[in-house]
Amino acid sequence: MLSSPRARAGALTLPLIAFLGVTFVAPLGTMLWRSVHEPVVADALPQTLALLEAWDGQAALPEALYQTAAGEFRQLQASRALGGVATRVNRVQGGSRSIIMRTARELHGAAPASWREAMIAAHPAWGEAAIWGAIRQAGQRYTIRHYLNALDLEQDIQGRIVAQPQDQRIYLKLLGNTLAASAAITLICLALGYPLAYLIANTKPRWSNLLLLAVLLPFWSSLLVRSMSWIIMLQKKGVVNDLLVALGLVTEDGRLIMVYNMIGTMVTMTQLLLPFLILPLYAVMRGIPPLHLRAAASLGANPRQAFLHVYWPQTLPGVAAGSLLVFILAIGYYIAPALVGGRTGQFISNLIAYHMQYSLNWGLAAALNFVLLVCVTVILVAYNRLIGIERLRFG
Amino acid sequence: MRDKPPETFGDRLGRVCLVAFCVAVVVFLILPMLVVVPLSFNAAPHFTFTEGMLRLDPDAYSLRWYRAVLEDDSWLQAVRNSLTIGLAATAIATVLGTLAALGLASPHMPGRGVVTSLLISPLITPIIISAVGMSFFFGDIGLAQTHAGLIFAHAALCTPFVIITVTATLSNYNHNLNRAAASLGAHPVTAFFHVQLPLIAPGVISGALFAFVISLDEVIVVTFLGGLDQRTIPRQMWSGVQEHLNPEILAVATLLALFAALVLTTVEWLRRRGTD
Repeated sequence: MLSSPRARAGALTLPLIAFLGVTFVAPLGTMLWRSVHEPVVADALPQTLALLEAWDGQAALPEALYQTAAGEFRQLQASRALGGVATRVNRVQGGSRSIIMRTARELHGAAPASWREAMIAAHPAWGEAAIWGAIRQAGQRYTIRHYLNALDLEQDIQGRIVAQPQDQRIYLKLLGNTLAASAAITLICLALGYPLAYLIANTKPRWSNLLLLAVLLPFWSSLLVRSMSWIIMLQKKGVVNDLLVALGLVTEDGRLIMVYNMIGTMVTMTQLLLPFLILPLYAVMRGIPPLHLRAAASLGANPRQAFLHVYWPQTLPGVAAGSLLVFILAIGYYIAPALVGGRTGQFISNLIAYHMQYSLNWGLAAALNFVLLVCVTVILVAYNRLIGIERLRFG
Repeated sequence: MRDKPPETFGDRLGRVCLVAFCVAVVVFLILPMLVVVPLSFNAAPHFTFTEGMLRLDPDAYSLRWYRAVLEDDSWLQAVRNSLTIGLAATAIATVLGTLAALGLASPHMPGRGVVTSLLISPLITPIIISAVGMSFFFGDIGLAQTHAGLIFAHAALCTPFVIITVTATLSNYNHNLNRAAASLGAHPVTAFFHVQLPLIAPGVISGALFAFVISLDEVIVVTFLGGLDQRTIPRQMWSGVQEHLNPEILAVATLLALFAALVLTTVEWLRRRGTD
């Protein structure tokens, strides 16, 4: 029997801790493991990799290596496993996949005197260092390659960490775009939400209840439905453009393109996230006695001074809580950018989903996820310092 | 308020501007949903108001998209899946979340900050991270593409909402009532079911509704973890929006908006009861 109140309180939380341990923490652990563990090439080409290990990246390669590699390629091709290996080498160096596949096809059933010459005849790339370096890198069983990739870095053939070529640096830029767009959305939400929260907190109960309802209804509604309704609102033949044309503000040919780009993403996300800013802000404003403003006025402050020196400072906890919540949620957004973002309005989450579903580079997806998780955790720690996470409330 | 100074013209102008601005923000907040509802009754397969609709011509309106949804087996299957997964996940999340909230509300709770952070983390973690991690791990243990896998995943994502809602209710709860029950000889479990639970029930029910709404709207984990047999309403809408935007989706969206309004009414009613 649990006698001490400490043990009893702790015991009440244990079932959930255990449940989340399996359904949430273990998945994150698996992801971390996948981001550094890449066994496919290492398992497929053990002898080739063993021979490559001693190589300094410059010296001419021995005939024994060519013979071993050709043997392993042919074996893998027979068991239909070569495609997966070639794809992974290709991720280290573009173009490698077709070189490997073609070489294996041409060597099929061959018994040449010199394997080196046969492979170079199949594709001249085998005479150069680059592809061997790529195979060696792809063969690392434990690797930080995906993290380097996620940070737009790579290892050169000597193993030094260098920046990716200019045209392949996409992840940091996208992460930067995501952070910048999230910050902009947070500021817009603050600009739209602060006056409304103020009005709700400082008007007759009948009106404030009605206004609050207008904030709560979207809050409880489906994100998917709301994202979709913005497509209908903003598309070229949509309601907003129809209205603008009817009012004569734009011509029939000059219909604005407001969806499937960053504008669509920003408008939609602002509407989706606005309640998360208004509700905590309103909770704080409700607690500020109107007497304070009147006291300031009776002491001779004009309305602007009273607001700036008396009211605004007292709302700062609400401003911080709401803004940080909106910012954190915005960084991880996926649905709205995927539906209304088109090509230019994508967030980092959408690229992660792309690597999970289409390019199937799961290691890179996992590494990008951890970079994102680190960003969110840093902001969360700040949130916890400033506000205390246990004070998170809705409505 | 007699002691209020007389309103100057500037004050009044400021007030009018504030109200006008706020009305614009409210329109921005609710307009998208208000547009979807009438368009779902559009007789033509368009996503904009036809001239007939603007003239309020009855022939321009129809229930054809609602009929199409009700006759479509894939939508009915999606409703069944959403209800099964949502209700089961809500049950798990509500029981585990309420227990944990009771523990966290105790003044003796050891390591409250760390435990709270851990238990709330599924809410703050970007959904794509949870979805990717779960698809790896649940795949490894054979729960990918099963109802059970999705139920556990959704329960994990929903518990923070239960914890937050129940914790808010518990902050108004008088813990002396439990002591009173104990002094009258009640076993702690008896005291919980007969004294505490009835009093915090509005918060627990709100939390459960919250959890259900989250599960009912979740599409990313379903996409990554579920198979064809686990298609839920939002998953079905998702492929509809991405592949071929079809007015049937507007009919489903309207029904979901109606459901949201119903939930909101219930939660507000419970909250008023809770604070009385």
